[in-house]
Amino acid sequence: MNGAKALWATLANHGISTVFGYPGGAIMPVYDALTFYPEVRHVLTRHEQGAAHAAEGWAKATGELGVCMATSGPGATNLVTGLADAMLDSVPLLAITGNVASHLMGTDAFQEADITGITLPITKHNYVVRDVAELPRIVAEAIRIARSGRPGPVLVDIPKDIQLAPYHGDIPAPHARPEIPAPSPESIERACELLRGAKKPVMMVGGGSLDAAAEITALARAWDIPVITTLMGLGTFPASDPLWLGMPGMHGSVAANRAISEADVLLGLGLRFDDRVTGRVSGFAPHAAIIHVDLDAAEIGKIVRTHVPVRGDAAQAARLLAEGAQPPARAEWRAQLDAWKARTETPSHWGAGSAVKAVVDRLRPDDLLSSDVGQHQMLAAQLARFEKPRRWINSGGLGTMGFGLPAAIGAGMAEPGVRSVVIAGDGGFQMTAQELATLKMYDIRNVKICIINNSYLGMVRQWQELFHEKRYSEVWLGDSNPDFVKLADAYDVPAYRASTAEELPGAIDAWLADPRSALLEVVVPHEHGVFPMVPAGAALSEMIETEPARPGAPTPEASEA
Amino acid sequence: MTPEQPTPDHLLSILVRDEPRVLTRITALFGRRGYNIKSLSVGTTEHPGVSRMTIVVSGDRGVVEQAMRQLEKLHDVVKIIDHSLEKYVDRELVLVKVAINPETRVEVRQIAEDFRSRIVDVGRHALTFEVTGDEGKITAFIEQLRPFGILETMRTGRIALTRGSNADIPAHVYHPGETQTLQPVLSAEPREERAREVPNLF
Repeated sequence: MNGAKALWATLANHGISTVFGYPGGAIMPVYDALTFYPEVRHVLTRHEQGAAHAAEGWAKATGELGVCMATSGPGATNLVTGLADAMLDSVPLLAITGNVASHLMGTDAFQEADITGITLPITKHNYVVRDVAELPRIVAEAIRIARSGRPGPVLVDIPKDIQLAPYHGDIPAPHARPEIPAPSPESIERACELLRGAKKPVMMVGGGSLDAAAEITALARAWDIPVITTLMGLGTFPASDPLWLGMPGMHGSVAANRAISEADVLLGLGLRFDDRVTGRVSGFAPHAAIIHVDLDAAEIGKIVRTHVPVRGDAAQAARLLAEGAQPPARAEWRAQLDAWKARTETPSHWGAGSAVKAVVDRLRPDDLLSSDVGQHQMLAAQLARFEKPRRWINSGGLGTMGFGLPAAIGAGMAEPGVRSVVIAGDGGFQMTAQELATLKMYDIRNVKICIINNSYLGMVRQWQELFHEKRYSEVWLGDSNPDFVKLADAYDVPAYRASTAEELPGAIDAWLADPRSALLEVVVPHEHGVFPMVPAGAALSEMIETEPARPGAPTPEASEA
Repeated sequence: MTPEQPTPDHLLSILVRDEPRVLTRITALFGRRGYNIKSLSVGTTEHPGVSRMTIVVSGDRGVVEQAMRQLEKLHDVVKIIDHSLEKYVDRELVLVKVAINPETRVEVRQIAEDFRSRIVDVGRHALTFEVTGDEGKITAFIEQLRPFGILETMRTGRIALTRGSNADIPAHVYHPGETQTLQPVLSAEPREERAREVPNLF
């Protein structure tokens, strides 16, 4: 057995069933050894970035480790965006890269890049394997690090000679997951004490709570506390529950942002108070005592002042907090929240908002919904009604355009029986459109792509409109966009198009009814914005609730003419 | 804290696995988050596979807390000691080359003697001294010599050990002979301690 075979044997021993990757010179021994391990499926994407995002999609849908693979140099650097994305969204990801032979490392050899140096700030940890005897142990340790505590990406770089060197050792079994220390009883007691005295409490849950949905739902009901789910936490609390207030932050709901601004106690679970959530930090939850539950001690007190820090797992903490529940009557607070909730706008006119709504309204609770990055992402986050966690696959922290399609493929392959819908924009879709070939190659049948085409880089255009006096600099794509239906056809992916509100329902029906993966292009008016919106640097209470009127400017409908 | 006030210094000992790039990892973390390292010394310890860094970082309490928590997350970090929380001894070695002439030679030598400094090089127009001590002593020594004309100085950066008979690396953290059996960062206990220290601003 050589190092390359030892790598596959270790991955197989760890239950890795699927690896997304792309071969190249410095990883050829690994691809050669792959032919001896039919128990591991390798998915050939059309770009290493696609492989990384597909592995992320897999991990985000299942909570299990995603694995991607690339060769040295350009292959490895193409993984960088995916690794940074996984780092910011705490996604368990293992990246394997080949590298030039050990004796060539550091000599600027052909296709050599210092990938461990490059990825040092965007991985949880990384390794260069310098001795084949260490290879399986390092891979096992990398998997443990990626999955344990706050998950994240780990990269293992393997020089070509190490892949070829003979290996005589054992193949390691998976590490047991380390026990997570329970939150201190004292911190739980202090949190309960605050909640008992709270007149206007609110709970905010983030991506660190995805596997604590049941406990959090029980906690919210036990204390009768309304729940806000961040972009990363959508689905952790059922949208159908009357206690749900929506998403907070820059494009958050009126109810969520008003509740944060008025609350006297804010209980945050598994979130990191991202600037897109807080707005101007000094104006965030100005009246609230903040209880922050997080596994990662470095997050507590990092951004917002914390009154009661609770270090621990969200599920454990929620269970302990629910045990102390003594809900006081808070009729006034509920009435206030209900009044704010009533102001949730549903898009009425034809545009990106109503198009996204028409699509997300057709989702079933088990369906996966991925998004790319931009206006359609915020619209989907605002309008989709998630009942379960791990159904919403999106690039939150890094905001990676091009994430949607490969992530939906990864998620769809993880759950082949489930519909994997992706909403993309015309800009982001073109960043990884080549992954349509991956759909065709593996005959993936459950990925449903919806492109909301407004012929603009819509979110940038919206900011230029609001903050740069409508100088629309380099955001117009309309004259150069491809014919998306023809493009899909070229990849042998069935495609549909709707350009009016009247056409849309029929097109959605045909698109979803197609037994294969299919694409739907929805052509919408150019100049719609996403609202509510909190301008960057403003406090949540300074939210712009509805799209401002444009005096003298053509209406979106007129501009279509 | 207003910008005019000088930010206090904090003395940290960081015990790390002796692996390639560990120094880069630590300094990159400080650099990315904008924490300024004032002094850094690294050396081996009595345990094979474990190196010890002493870092002086300036910033208010919150900055240092955040730096320590970020450091703790690094796989290579075995333990972090914030010396402001306990009694410690610290030293720094400094070489100072000072200008002399026939009139000042005796006086300079006398100052050096008072500071228990050794002469390590003698030139016709300069003497080079070696001095060890804590920050106060070294600063005072340099200030005393400054009027004569300091030609060059080189400082090693501060190093520190906790006072008392306990070792900073607990026996359970490291098992000799197996470099890979280092336990992951610390026990949960000290981290909980720190978590409780988040300032209460109410």
